[in-house]
Amino acid sequence: MSTVWLVVLVVGVATVALKATGPVLFGGRELPEPVASVVALLAPVLLAALVVTQTVGGDNELVLDARLAGVGAGAAAIAARAPLPAVVVAAAAATALFRLVA
Amino acid sequence: MRAALAVAATVWFFGASFGLVARTAGMGVSAPLVMSATTFAGSAQFAVTSILGASGGAVAAIAAAVLLNARYAPISISVAPYFRGRRLRRLTESQLIVDESWALASRGDGRFDRRILLGAGLLLYASWLSGTAVGVLAGDALGDPKSLGLDGAFPALFLALLAPQLRAPRALAAALLGSAIAFALIPFTPPGTPIVAASAACLLGLRARP
Repeated sequence: MSTVWLVVLVVGVATVALKATGPVLFGGRELPEPVASVVALLAPVLLAALVVTQTVGGDNELVLDARLAGVGAGAAAIAARAPLPAVVVAAAAATALFRLVA
Repeated sequence: MRAALAVAATVWFFGASFGLVARTAGMGVSAPLVMSATTFAGSAQFAVTSILGASGGAVAAIAAAVLLNARYAPISISVAPYFRGRRLRRLTESQLIVDESWALASRGDGRFDRRILLGAGLLLYASWLSGTAVGVLAGDALGDPKSLGLDGAFPALFLALLAPQLRAPRALAAALLGSAIAFALIPFTPPGTPIVAASAACLLGLRARP
């Protein structure tokens, strides 16, 4: 088997298993109380971490580039109560524009 | 619904750029398609293409992708109560969990909307797969994916989905702590680790409510 197919298959099986963890092991019943109150904070925490890593994350280094301009434009659109599609378009346009000019 | 369509459009272009980059990295036509159908997680798939494209080994590519997707274990546990029925059905439906569908379905306070999670998940799955197909077959026509600015659009999208969840002081504190952990670890750990480590901030939930 080629390297490419080996990677595709192993990563595919691993990701299917990771995504199935909760629904297969704990599906259909309420989570026990301490777990529920911890998990309740997962959305804000992971979304915040994704914002940080996708804005300044690199391969073992902080990278400051056009993405910062995009997130800045997105933040301005959010503050102006723009709908989600407008936020995404503003961020993509600002990132592309910054990259074009810089 | 309009929000889901906007996210789906962005994901389509992201899928197309994955297809193009994967083809350029020498992954061929069918392997990127199979990967988008089974893995369905953008950042891990891009990590694999960049490692294989730079002649990195299979072990490095697998480790990077699994680490990047490790967050799906806690994410899937957070929505576990919304999956019912036979084990095979729960396994199948759980594959529609992806950052964007999970974030769109999040109602704050730990509650989720099952219909949005699965509906948006299905829409995003179709976008991701069809985008990949166009990318591997006709990616050159799209030009350089970086010129579209998608890498700046995704963090802004997550910020927009995060903003309404920060009204509760406890959620705000946990989000700030999580982003500080992620930021501090970026220079010292492989990609994916900062996100998983940030989830330690959820332990603030154990403190008694004021």
